[in-house]
Amino acid sequence: MLAFIIRRLLQGLIVMVAVSAIAFTMFQFVGDPVNQIVGAETTTEERAQIRESLGLNDPIVLQFGRFLVKAAKFDFGISYQFREKVSDLIFSRMPATLELAFCAAFFSLLCGIPMGVYTALRRDSWLSKIFQAVSLIGISLPTFFTGIIMIFLFSVTLRWLPSFGRGDVVDFGFWNTGLLSWTGWKAIIMPAITLGLFQMTLVMRLVRSEMLEVMRTDYIKFARARGIPARSINFRHALKNTLIPVITIVGLQLGSIIAFAIITESVFQWPGMGLLFLTAVQNADIPIMAAYLILISFLFVSINLIVDLLYVSVDPRIRITGKAL
Amino acid sequence: MKIKTLLLAGALAFGLGSAAYAKTFHFAFQGEVKSLDPYTLNETFTYSVLGNVYEGIITRGPNLEILPGLAEKWELVSPTHWRFTLRKGVKFHNGDPLTTDDVLFSAERIRANGSDLKLRVPADAEFKKVDDHTFDVMLKNPNPILPNEWETFFIMNKKWAEANNSKEPQSASATTPSFASLNANGTGPFMIESHQAGVKTVFKPNKNWWGKKEHNLDEVVFTPIKSSATRVAALLSGEVDWIDPVPLQDFDRVDNSGVAKVMAGEETRVIYLGFDQSSDELKYSDVKGKNPFKDKRVRQAFYQAVDINAIKEKVMRNRAYPTGAMISKFYFSGANKLERLKYDAEGAKKLLADAGYPNGFSITLDCPNDRYVNDEAICQAVVSMLARINIKASLNSQTKSKYFAKILEAGNYDTSFFMLGWSPGSMDSLNPLSNLIACRNKEKKLGATNVGGYCNAKVDELTAKIKGETDTAKRDAMIAEAFKIVNDDIAHIPLHTQSLAWGVSKNVEIVQRADNFIKLNWVTKK
Repeated sequence: MLAFIIRRLLQGLIVMVAVSAIAFTMFQFVGDPVNQIVGAETTTEERAQIRESLGLNDPIVLQFGRFLVKAAKFDFGISYQFREKVSDLIFSRMPATLELAFCAAFFSLLCGIPMGVYTALRRDSWLSKIFQAVSLIGISLPTFFTGIIMIFLFSVTLRWLPSFGRGDVVDFGFWNTGLLSWTGWKAIIMPAITLGLFQMTLVMRLVRSEMLEVMRTDYIKFARARGIPARSINFRHALKNTLIPVITIVGLQLGSIIAFAIITESVFQWPGMGLLFLTAVQNADIPIMAAYLILISFLFVSINLIVDLLYVSVDPRIRITGKAL
Repeated sequence: MKIKTLLLAGALAFGLGSAAYAKTFHFAFQGEVKSLDPYTLNETFTYSVLGNVYEGIITRGPNLEILPGLAEKWELVSPTHWRFTLRKGVKFHNGDPLTTDDVLFSAERIRANGSDLKLRVPADAEFKKVDDHTFDVMLKNPNPILPNEWETFFIMNKKWAEANNSKEPQSASATTPSFASLNANGTGPFMIESHQAGVKTVFKPNKNWWGKKEHNLDEVVFTPIKSSATRVAALLSGEVDWIDPVPLQDFDRVDNSGVAKVMAGEETRVIYLGFDQSSDELKYSDVKGKNPFKDKRVRQAFYQAVDINAIKEKVMRNRAYPTGAMISKFYFSGANKLERLKYDAEGAKKLLADAGYPNGFSITLDCPNDRYVNDEAICQAVVSMLARINIKASLNSQTKSKYFAKILEAGNYDTSFFMLGWSPGSMDSLNPLSNLIACRNKEKKLGATNVGGYCNAKVDELTAKIKGETDTAKRDAMIAEAFKIVNDDIAHIPLHTQSLAWGVSKNVEIVQRADNFIKLNWVTKK
């Protein structure tokens, strides 16, 4: 078991180094960061001097090596645009993104599961058809579009919800949250729905197909024959068995919700890591880009690791193959 | 502090907030306030916002007229000797009084390594303390416009900067963050209450400000909103009171909303077209062995083929101000007298025929597509207008970083026909004359952005004289003469100055300045 974990950790490390290597080669094409550091009137000589002092003239391999050594010490340098520590910037923005991602995931489960169960049990009712149609929209509409439509409906026309930002934020030093204030709750509704819509569709369709399958199995038939009430069959016996794949999928999707919150964050000006990354790309702020990409790859690697470990504990066959490998 | 925030949050959560009584002005821009250190970035928006916290030696009024700032008066003792008298009783936000020492310190700091505003103060200017409220500036060469740019030569507190290890602006390659980029201590009408880079900046009025308070605000909150659609939505829903910019296609929607209006006064940037007049053969044309743009008749034909009113009405939706000058009227009053040549396609055809191109020729127009308002659309319009006089122009439009790398000095002026916009940072005619118009000369640092390679010895001579002339009337006459020669030579095709694009809530009164500065002291909210 320990060998298995160590092996997976090493693999994860390789993935992260590979991601940063690819990122570094791409940084050559984002434009000249010096143009973003200084204004238009700066002379060519001064620009050259800044390039030199930032080490941008060194061969890319050397720059990469320097970055790895520092990254290993969690030192990602100073942001070119904000002149703040990159690690401070990212950690101050992380709670916003995580809060949004968890709310979106929660929303997708809260709506997706009942909708899935309902459409599986009452396949031909009109409500099921509406749910199906909604889920089609959820899967086919691009995020920024749903976001803008919601803003125009709920912020501009009805004036119920704020169109941007996070509302009032309570700061605990190590963490800040918008979920302790009324404005914070109002602010998170639209971004969370926008971000969670696709996942909700996914959950609903997954629950539906699993339910349909489970309802056909023998033990459900026996339960019916024994005269167990329908509610108990549907929710205690059938639903429980459909949830295992759902939880796996949602767990794995959490990584992508966090990583792909970028679009939702920019539509709603949500002050999270994704927005920080987007600004960094536009301003060729390499230190932020590098740190963000590493963080996201770390997130994916660790989520996968956790899922793998859960599988191992659940399914002994994987453990055995794991040893044989 | 944290407990206070918690209590506040709780109060708000239960609807007990006093927000209804306090007047809070919310404003949103497409970009961020990058750093609070006033010397680290020469970018209009950043120092425009910091101009509410820090103040310069001079200040400028609603029409950009020069007014006394931290200095209440100044005089020219001799052409190379200026004497400034500081206002008495001015205090920094931390309570320290403003003295000459702070000015001397700031003059050093703004010219130190890591500063991006080094050009605000001439490198050879020597600052000398006379007494606590008087200082002299000694120059090597006469400079009649010395204090012109000093609205943004922000004065910092010597003691505060030294105590917080911020004696120099943080250099680009520094490995530790600097105190001054996250904190501010100016003399201005507003103080920074909190600053979270890229998220939110909160300002509170400075009760001890020396100047005349014209605003009625209790708090000001700045948020960047990157997405244009969201920015407009936030204005229309009343969550913010001011946005910049409103996208051109949303002007009517904002105006018709009933809750907000667009303020689209004239800006100072002049958009113009230029031709390569120095190469012996054009790089991007089918005319071989010679350069048709060396012939004034060809340049005039191009000029008169451009229907500026069509561009103004159709492309710019009337949000542009056609001009015949290479300088904004705000920076040179004589600009109004420099008139455009009339639109005359038939005359242009005849000029081309006289010049020996009865069937026209082909040319490539280089154009940015994300730098100026509707830049690419303007170029497309120009291409179709040129087709009417048989000039087969093809358009090469690119993103700004690639575009400027190609056509400017760094790309060896790789273009035959181009578009450029220019607004002098110095707010004075000398800047375009020596950057855009003077013959290229590396040693003298002249004509670095003279992309077309226009060169006229008479203009250079005038430019040199203008630089040293301290008599305003004489100087203005020479500037007018220089621009007249440039126009007679048809060195460029000036098109228009753009309009500003503020979206302002109906509840707010604000003064719009042509240089796009936002002055919070001129904001009143109902």
